Amino acid sequence: MGVRRLIQSWPVYRQFTGGDPSGRGGAAKSAASARLAPRTSRADRVVKSVCPYCAVGCGQNVYVRDDKVIQIEGDPDSPISRGRLCPKGSASLQLTTGSSRRHTVLYRRPHAPDFEEIDLWTAMDMVADRVIATRREGWQDHLDGLRVARTMGIASLGGATLDNEENYLIKKLFTALGVVQVENQARVCHSSTVAGLGTSFGRGGATTFMQDLQNSDCIVIEGSNYAEAHPVGFQWVMEAKARGAVVIHVDPRFSRTSALADLHVPIRAGTDIAFLGGLINRVLTDDAYFRDYLLAYTNAATIVTDDFQDTEDLDGLFSGFDPDQRTYDLNTWRYAGVDIAPASGDRDAHYAERAGAPQETAEAGRPEQQGSGGAAVGGTPETDPTLTHPRCVFQILKRHYSRYTPEAVEEICGIPRDLFDRVYRHLTENSGRDRTSAFCYAVGWTQHTVGAQYIRAACVLQLLLGNIGRPGGGIQALRGHASIQGSSDIPTLYNLLPGYIPMPHAHGNQSLDDFVAADAAVNGFWADMKSYLVSLLKAWWGDHATADNDYAFDYLPRITGDHSTYATVMAQLRGECKGYFLMGENPAVGSANSRAQRMGMANLDWLVVRDFSLIESATWWKDGPEIESGELRTEDIATEVFFFPAAAHTEKSGTFTNTNRTLQWHDRAVLPGGDARSDLWFTYHLGRIIRQKLAGSTDPRDLPLLHLTWDYPLEEGQEPDAAAVLAEINGYGPDGRPLGGYTQLRDDGSTTCGCWIYCGVFADGVNQAARRKPHTEQDWIAAEWAWAWPANRRVLYNRASADPQGRPWSERKALVWWDPASGRWTGHDIPDFEADKAPDYRPPEGATGVAAISGTDPFIMQGDGKGWLYAPAGLKDGPLPTHYEPQDSPFGNLLYGQDRNPVRQVHPHDLNRYHPGPGDPGAGVFPYVVTTYRLTEHFTAGGMSRWTPYLAELQPEFFCEVSPELAAERGLTHGSWATIVTARNAIEARVLVTDRMAPLRVHGRTVHTIGMPYHWGPNGYSTGDAFNELSSIALDGNVHIQEVKALTADIRPGRRPRGPDRLALVRDYHERAGITVRTGTEV
Amino acid sequence: MSTSDVTREGIRGAHPGREALTGAVSTLDGHRRDHPSRRRVRRGEPEFRSYYDKPVLNQIVWEPRDIAGYLFLGGLAGASSVLAAGADLTDRPDLARPLKYTALGAITGSVAALVNDLGRPARFVNMLRVLKWTSPMSVGSWILAAYGPLAGAAAVSQATGILPGLGRTAAVGAAALGPAVAAYTAPLICDTAVPAWHEGYREMPFVFVGSAAAAAGGMGMATAPVEQAAPARRAAVLGSVLETAALWRMEHRMGMVAKPYREGRSGGLMRAAKILTVAGAAGALLGGRNRAVSAVAGAALLAGSACTRFGVFSAGVASAADPKYTVVPQRQRLEERKTDAAISAAKAAASSPSPGPEEPSDS
Amino acid sequence: MPADSPHPRMGFFTDTSVCIGCKACEVACKEWNAVPEDGLNFTAMSFDNSGGLGADTWRHVAFIEQRASVGVQESGVGRPDGAAAPVDLGMPSFDKPGDAAGADERGEFRWLMSSDVCKHCTHAACLDVCPTGALFRTEFGTVVVQEDICNGCGYCVPACPYGVIDKREDDGRVWKCTLCYDRLGEGLEPACAKACPTDSIQFGELDELRARADERVRHLHEAGIDSARLYGRDPDDGVGGDGAFFLLLDEPEVYGLPPDPVVTTRDLPSMWRHAGAAAAVLLAGITATFLGRRR
Ligand SMILES: Nc1nc2c(c(=O)[nH]1)N[C@H]1C(S)=C(S)[C@@H](COP(=O)(O)OP(=O)(O)OC[C@H]3O[C@@H](n4cnc5c(=O)[nH]c(N)nc54)[C@H](O)[C@@H]3O)O[C@H]1N2
Ligand SMILES: Nc1nc2c(c(=O)[nH]1)N[C@H]1C(S)=C(S)[C@@H](COP(=O)(O)OP(=O)(O)OC[C@H]3O[C@@H](n4cnc5c(=O)[nH]c(N)nc54)[C@H](O)[C@@H]3O)O[C@H]1N2
Ligand code: SF4
Ligand code: SF4
Ligand code: SF4
Ligand code: SF4
Ligand code: SF4
Ligand SMILES: [Mo]
Repeated sequence: MGVRRLIQSWPVYRQFTGGDPSGRGGAAKSAASARLAPRTSRADRVVKSVCPYCAVGCGQNVYVRDDKVIQIEGDPDSPISRGRLCPKGSASLQLTTGSSRRHTVLYRRPHAPDFEEIDLWTAMDMVADRVIATRREGWQDHLDGLRVARTMGIASLGGATLDNEENYLIKKLFTALGVVQVENQARVCHSSTVAGLGTSFGRGGATTFMQDLQNSDCIVIEGSNYAEAHPVGFQWVMEAKARGAVVIHVDPRFSRTSALADLHVPIRAGTDIAFLGGLINRVLTDDAYFRDYLLAYTNAATIVTDDFQDTEDLDGLFSGFDPDQRTYDLNTWRYAGVDIAPASGDRDAHYAERAGAPQETAEAGRPEQQGSGGAAVGGTPETDPTLTHPRCVFQILKRHYSRYTPEAVEEICGIPRDLFDRVYRHLTENSGRDRTSAFCYAVGWTQHTVGAQYIRAACVLQLLLGNIGRPGGGIQALRGHASIQGSSDIPTLYNLLPGYIPMPHAHGNQSLDDFVAADAAVNGFWADMKSYLVSLLKAWWGDHATADNDYAFDYLPRITGDHSTYATVMAQLRGECKGYFLMGENPAVGSANSRAQRMGMANLDWLVVRDFSLIESATWWKDGPEIESGELRTEDIATEVFFFPAAAHTEKSGTFTNTNRTLQWHDRAVLPGGDARSDLWFTYHLGRIIRQKLAGSTDPRDLPLLHLTWDYPLEEGQEPDAAAVLAEINGYGPDGRPLGGYTQLRDDGSTTCGCWIYCGVFADGVNQAARRKPHTEQDWIAAEWAWAWPANRRVLYNRASADPQGRPWSERKALVWWDPASGRWTGHDIPDFEADKAPDYRPPEGATGVAAISGTDPFIMQGDGKGWLYAPAGLKDGPLPTHYEPQDSPFGNLLYGQDRNPVRQVHPHDLNRYHPGPGDPGAGVFPYVVTTYRLTEHFTAGGMSRWTPYLAELQPEFFCEVSPELAAERGLTHGSWATIVTARNAIEARVLVTDRMAPLRVHGRTVHTIGMPYHWGPNGYSTGDAFNELSSIALDGNVHIQEVKALTADIRPGRRPRGPDRLALVRDYHERAGITVRTGTEV
Repeated sequence: MSTSDVTREGIRGAHPGREALTGAVSTLDGHRRDHPSRRRVRRGEPEFRSYYDKPVLNQIVWEPRDIAGYLFLGGLAGASSVLAAGADLTDRPDLARPLKYTALGAITGSVAALVNDLGRPARFVNMLRVLKWTSPMSVGSWILAAYGPLAGAAAVSQATGILPGLGRTAAVGAAALGPAVAAYTAPLICDTAVPAWHEGYREMPFVFVGSAAAAAGGMGMATAPVEQAAPARRAAVLGSVLETAALWRMEHRMGMVAKPYREGRSGGLMRAAKILTVAGAAGALLGGRNRAVSAVAGAALLAGSACTRFGVFSAGVASAADPKYTVVPQRQRLEERKTDAAISAAKAAASSPSPGPEEPSDS
Repeated sequence: MPADSPHPRMGFFTDTSVCIGCKACEVACKEWNAVPEDGLNFTAMSFDNSGGLGADTWRHVAFIEQRASVGVQESGVGRPDGAAAPVDLGMPSFDKPGDAAGADERGEFRWLMSSDVCKHCTHAACLDVCPTGALFRTEFGTVVVQEDICNGCGYCVPACPYGVIDKREDDGRVWKCTLCYDRLGEGLEPACAKACPTDSIQFGELDELRARADERVRHLHEAGIDSARLYGRDPDDGVGGDGAFFLLLDEPEVYGLPPDPVVTTRDLPSMWRHAGAAAAVLLAGITATFLGRRR
């Protein structure tokens, strides 16, 4: 460089020669600044992806340079997220490329003090050997004389973070291995949703999609912390607000959602049915319901059998209760005049009647089968269109809720009457012919011992108000993980097969037809269940599934009761379950009673953990709380532990199903590094190796495995081609071409389909889930963005947006309508109805199946085509939602003599003690209500946030939130420590004293709530005690979901004791409260 | 109720989400609570609110030793050069010599302290990358760039006897720049948002040059034979008086922002400075002709000057660390402006009769 | 702004009345700019654990819990009669909860959230005082530190009236929001604004943003949300208006913002005059010491 150039590059020179004498602008610009360009502009490619955290399913653009991901940001084309990302989505670059991820396989020998690194393929081989051995040991051909053909030695947990394709292979492989204890987060998260929505409407998914909230006139967010847990989805609430909608947040805490709501209504945790019941009561007494809708589309007019007795008559119990079995006989809840009891989610309860076989098993969790299908009704039920018959649903409803007065609501929930009144008026004034209101909920409702009924209560209310199936209406069940909807649809769940077909129960000599006869509906789309099931069996066993062998129906292992994740933990504690796969779940933190979880794992022979980093569930044997307390010693623990590093979403292709029921394809951007592999890879190769090892076996136990269709094209890195798996899920016709929709499925073995509700996702051989037409080029439905089940519909039951004659109820709420000219249903969304079934169609005498659904019945999955105000079957704890107190509650039931849900499920165990019931003097030892929740900045059990510094630093410590009044009462200091104690354990947390926690006046006295996020655990970058040390395994009897949203505890200032003193403190509380193993387990 | 419709043609009347309102709709049958805006004040303190008592400003990142030292040494050097040149010109070689050395030593130390304080000392030269009148540090750098070599040449020539003519010229040049060296550091610190500095920008240069003169005088008293040190003594006294008077005025004009000059660590340093300076000046006045007294008084003056710089520095630090020094004066300013506006509006209204009917005014 | 600039001035309008406090802006900024994580500091300042803007926090979300209400928002958190006496939270609220637990106080509560950032002042003190030209005004009218130039003199830190720019200790240089200078060059939106789920952070041409903000305040006032006000919008204020300005629901100092910031260099001419006078006094004074009788 010449001197001249040197001088010219001197800013002082430029100052005096250029136009910038003050030297504050261009003259001062450096060479580096002149060269500056965004790193994304240097990317070799931009890969379309989907955020791996929550079920909003925000679109992501992944920028890759030199086969490294260099940036991840929002995809502006997405109609769901419009390019935005919450802090977690924004941190996904650090999540996937950060230094906290593991890239080597680790192995812990029995009794060894630490992990050692081992070779990936060696580890795969070892795991395969252990699966084979443990499967054999735990094998059951028969149980109590019934063929079960399964192994109880192995269990698997996890799936909601995985792709649909991965869930599919896991379910397929494990089912073929005879493993029935296959579970995922859907159990602990939203299982009650499936039961609640399914029994009410016919399908267990959210009835609407988040973007449609923009059309609401009023949005009630209750049991959800929408703005924090689904931040990017919350933009649609903001959009509604911008247009004048009222937003109401009913929540025990004033949260970031409340801050943006017009009305925040504090409620005592665990009392929503009382509140919703209060609204239902007032809607009924004020005649504020949408009468035309109610009459035409719900079962309000249906007459119920005179055997039925209500909680009004039986002081909180329905008819048919058996206190010894803790179950109801559902027969007394049926519709009158219909001979065969309606099948339901709990369809197997009527197996005996329907299949003509003796019934052998009682206990089973079936209501989630409602995920896609309603219960069956044989014949036409009697109705009274005047709604005056004393046994019509409408009158029963009126009587049932008559005691849910505003005064009762105030006393039970702590909601002052004027506040209640305000909610009522906003809601009713914004519902009806011209206006629609939406409910949004999530796990503030699902995680209760009455969880399914919370959701039912909202369904009843929304049906009364005429809000289902209409724009701006509906119930948005805000799902949790990126693909938790998918892992329910293609269920890694013990009681379901793909598409909500029930897992068969053990029955004597059960044929495929018996099974279908018992479990399928007579009318509606479930009547075709045999086609769905046979196509599934064909997809799994190919040529080995023939008409002669009932399409290999007997290759399916049989369930005999509750094999849910909590039952598995109990089985582990008993030493029955010996091998455990954790594929993206962290029960040592996330599941209720984490101590019991770990003690169960300490009883295992082997444990396989697949995750990004060393989560608590992978290391409890060397550094878990029981090691610290001396309860366990590492050298005594014989469990072998395998840790496999998992591939991130950017490192594999596949689909996530978000809370809109939309399947979105994400493309692999790069191959995973080191030994990290996708779960697809793991499952495929594990299956391949096991099949190799068993090749040639003629043992009938091995045939389901050896006959399994298990050929998938392999791509780079021997990763199976996820698109091929998705195509199998979609299914093929007789011509070998991908099917276009589930109506093409046949029960003669000519079609295959891995999940009937996903049939159509590969229509025309095109991966419909990968469609990405920008939202700017479509209407708000965005039908050409990805693909939603069923049949790409976005609003379910949208036939109900039109009146019985097929005209929109209101021209400002038009969604689909009948076009007489073309003789078809038309509109913005894909009609959730047979396209050419006219409004005046009436089923001919004796019609069955879909033909039995009339032109005015929008709930086409239901046997009677109606929305169910009253569920004549399907739920184990009652046809109508009834207020019961939580398992651990400071209060008795003000409404009835029956305090708690009589059919809640308890697991008495030394490690799982409950608090004394209300009225018991010991109950006062745990005087405070505790509730748990999420923070925007963290994710679930923390595996994806506590190791991610950008997130961890935003909420660095575990804390509890208390009111100033409670702080004064217990001497708690803002910013310092508190110890929180239950009968299960004691934990410590930092104290935040805040007005956001309002003391409530309940039963005439003040009650305080302690609020705690549950994201922490002892491992990772940000660490803390796990909340779930405190929670008990107390479950909803329908779906086995744990009650972690409402419990009781004591709180005291200071840190918790260390070592053995910790349990000594808990034992001290046991003594003070008089707690034994049986405490709290009474009906 | 929503103002948008879903018609058969599609959505009509949509609004972007950013137009969402919170707290506007709870108006069922006009139900609107009117909250008198209650604002409670922490008793006994002036009304002042902040964000968790966190400072508004970011904290001064300068090392006190480096930057207060830099201020002190710069002042010492600048004033010393002036005194030295005077001594040269008035033929007081024994006064000139130590002061020339002092100037070189001090300026070297000053620059070294500055460089040492840089986060990237290797990039010191970037100081001469631009010339910005808006930046006292930039201006100062250029001044130092000119002054340093002159002071150096003067001292080297003095020590070696080489090129005495040029040495003298250099000494005069250094003396010409010396006052600038001593003074620019006042704008340097005042040209910040630090309340205790910025608010004192009118007096601070006088405090600094006074302090510099006192220090240089002190140095002269300590190092030169008493016979030749008379100008140094006078400079010391003059400087002390100037510094003390300027400080007094500064504190009185600053209002509550002056507190850090009286309280805490910085207050202590300021008191020490005052005592040392006054004592040194008294020594110069009363015992200046005594070698020992002169030496002690000179040292006291140097120490006093150093304490002034450290005191001013740490008063700045303290004022930046407490949000009240930022918020209260600004609030007052806003209130005054509001009152002024009201008064002038009232005046305007009174002088020009409004064209329309008079609006009732309730405030 | 440089005369050769073909670009209109770009900036931010951060409307805190639609902020959900999610901190996406903080994280998106860190990811894009590879800003270091700055440690786990539990502050007990509501949900704010970042504390404030600094070298490693270029966007900062403030959380303020107050016994006051936003418009007619119904917070529902009234205290029932008979609840125990409250304690001192040691919190910043100007009245401690319970100080005024009268019946009329029931339910008045609001939780303000606000994402703060460098203001990209029209008259930027940081930029004015920077001796190296590391800080400069870009063609977009924004204020940017050039990491290849900054020598870490630290002058800009106390110069900024908002407490924005700060020195990263282990690095020695100062850092702050660049308004994503690199992205702007390609016509991209800044990372924080792009991520923001509710459009609380609005990026665009400053003139347009100002017009939009005026409309917004009018709208809020009409709706009865009287406490809404713009901060940093006025081109006549002490810094000549902010390139990044805000809609606030309370006084600025409640959010940690100075109520009436003035660019320090506004007084610099006067400072130079005073300094010049002082220098002259020094020269004259010392000269005077040589006058008179030689003793
Ligand atoms: N940032 C973030 N987002 C997430 C997650 C996360 O961990 N972090 N997790 C994802 C997952 S897995 C899920 S399932 C969803 C969950 O999403 P949400 O259900 O919204 O999450 P939570 O915070 O657990 O609970 C919601 C609210 O229920 C309230 N609540 C507790 N008990 C009751 C009650 O009895 N009645 C009523 N009405 N309210 C009650 C709590 O105070 C809380 O505000 O979020 C998903 N999104
Ligand atoms: N007290 C209390 N307890 C609760 C809840 C509550 O509200 N309160 N909520 C419940 C709910 S709703 C849920 S969903 C559960 C969640 O509880 P968990 O599911 O146990 O929690 P996560 O941390 O999400 O665990 C998922 C793990 O999967 C890993 N992972 C992510 N992607 C992949 C992948 O592609 N492959 C593999 N192999 N691993 C992957 C993550 O790193 C993470 O460690 O917690 C439940 N527990
Ligand atoms: S976590 Fe959920 S809301 Fe946040 S970016 Fe990911 S998908 Fe969107
Ligand atoms: S806010 Fe501070 S850092 Fe930002 S431009 Fe203004 S003076 Fe500079
Ligand atoms: S620290 Fe860097 S940016 Fe700040 S004034 Fe000094 S050189 Fe300029
Ligand atoms: S504009 Fe860019 S640099 Fe500035 S805060 Fe936003 S993301 Fe960070
Ligand atoms: S991203 Fe937007 S909504 Fe979230 S904290 Fe930042 S400004 Fe507020
Ligand atoms: Mo979940």
